[in-house]
Amino acid sequence: MTGSERVIVMKIELLETSKSYGSKQALKSVSTTIEPNKIVGLLGRNGAGKTTMLQILAGHIKPSDGRVLINGLEPFNNRKALQHICLISEANNFKRKLKIREVLKTVSRFYPNWSQETAERLLKTFNLDPGMSAKGLSKGMESALSITIGLSSHTSITIFDEPYIGMDASARYKFYDVLLEEYESYPRTFIISTHLIDEVSSLFEEIILMKEGKILTHESAEELKLKSLQISGPRAKVDDFIEGRQVIHAAEIMGQKTALLYGEGLDLNKAKAMGLLTERSSIQELMVHLTEKEEKLYV
Amino acid sequence: MDEKLRDDIPIFQQIAETIESGILEGSYSIGDRVPSTNEFAKFYQINPATAAKGINQLVEQEILFKKRGIGMFVGDNARNIILSKRKERFYHDYVVPLRTEAARLGISEDELNDWIRKGDRDEN
Repeated sequence: MTGSERVIVMKIELLETSKSYGSKQALKSVSTTIEPNKIVGLLGRNGAGKTTMLQILAGHIKPSDGRVLINGLEPFNNRKALQHICLISEANNFKRKLKIREVLKTVSRFYPNWSQETAERLLKTFNLDPGMSAKGLSKGMESALSITIGLSSHTSITIFDEPYIGMDASARYKFYDVLLEEYESYPRTFIISTHLIDEVSSLFEEIILMKEGKILTHESAEELKLKSLQISGPRAKVDDFIEGRQVIHAAEIMGQKTALLYGEGLDLNKAKAMGLLTERSSIQELMVHLTEKEEKLYV
Repeated sequence: MDEKLRDDIPIFQQIAETIESGILEGSYSIGDRVPSTNEFAKFYQINPATAAKGINQLVEQEILFKKRGIGMFVGDNARNIILSKRKERFYHDYVVPLRTEAARLGISEDELNDWIRKGDRDEN
């Protein structure tokens, strides 16, 4: 970080934002606020509206209805806001005709806080040769280059939409490491949408869970975890405990019942005292059950 | 240090317990600096705010103390505070479930006491 660089703190507000593609409503009047300098996980099934929401946040598309404000400014077609936002998509983040070195040079012009030092360090981390043509990159290398662009942009809001298609586990863990290093040395807002929830969920301070174009919940990752409790034991005891609570999943075999509960004030010790086996479920399990199609909305 | 984090208890609590265990086992003595928020974050690949929450909990309990701009250090009375906390938890985590399961299996008081006495010898 050089002396001239300044972290510009940026708050994101979505105000009843909607987006339709023809008759399909991809985003249905979504409202939320993302406070600056947090790592936020955006989760949901395919088609839940994640990419649409990210593209609206990043000013790539315009909402059909409602507004999005980045520090009070609408980002669409607004250079003043856009230079502080970098969206890395699943693919096509750069021109394939160029060499890696040229790709970085081209994108660096968009971002006033671009760090060439970070870019060069990350190329080494991911074993990418700056002289290599972007055309010859494998899927995993392409993702690594995209990630390098996102982290080097040093934008106040850096968004990764399914950033690591084709990257193997070891490259992904390198990504998590450099993400944390970058977050430490240059704090900013990171929004990451991913399917590999188990792997990354502990990196998130907050989680936004989407379903069918709406935000199901937006809260701290820790609180979300405390809102779930899986209990198992004899059916009668389990039924006793779950009465009046929200059950998002239940299964039974040989008189033993397992139930996944969701909601406030689930007391793990109380369940234990009743002789039930308890477990907190992972964010991944919670996501799967909460976004189950046939379930009613519980939030 | 345990390298893997568990799913069943909050991560910040696991960070706090890792530090406590380090102190109990003698890896960290009074006045030693413990790893920073960012060191924990990188080691476990977790959000720094989560690591900070675990560390701050220990500061509140006077197990650690903060030297501004330098880091977190082990407090004078850390070991005793941790021991009394752990003893209390031992009762809830081991004794209560032990008796519950014993009752379910119809194990008598005498049998149970017998086993507790000799369990230690069997292990060694």
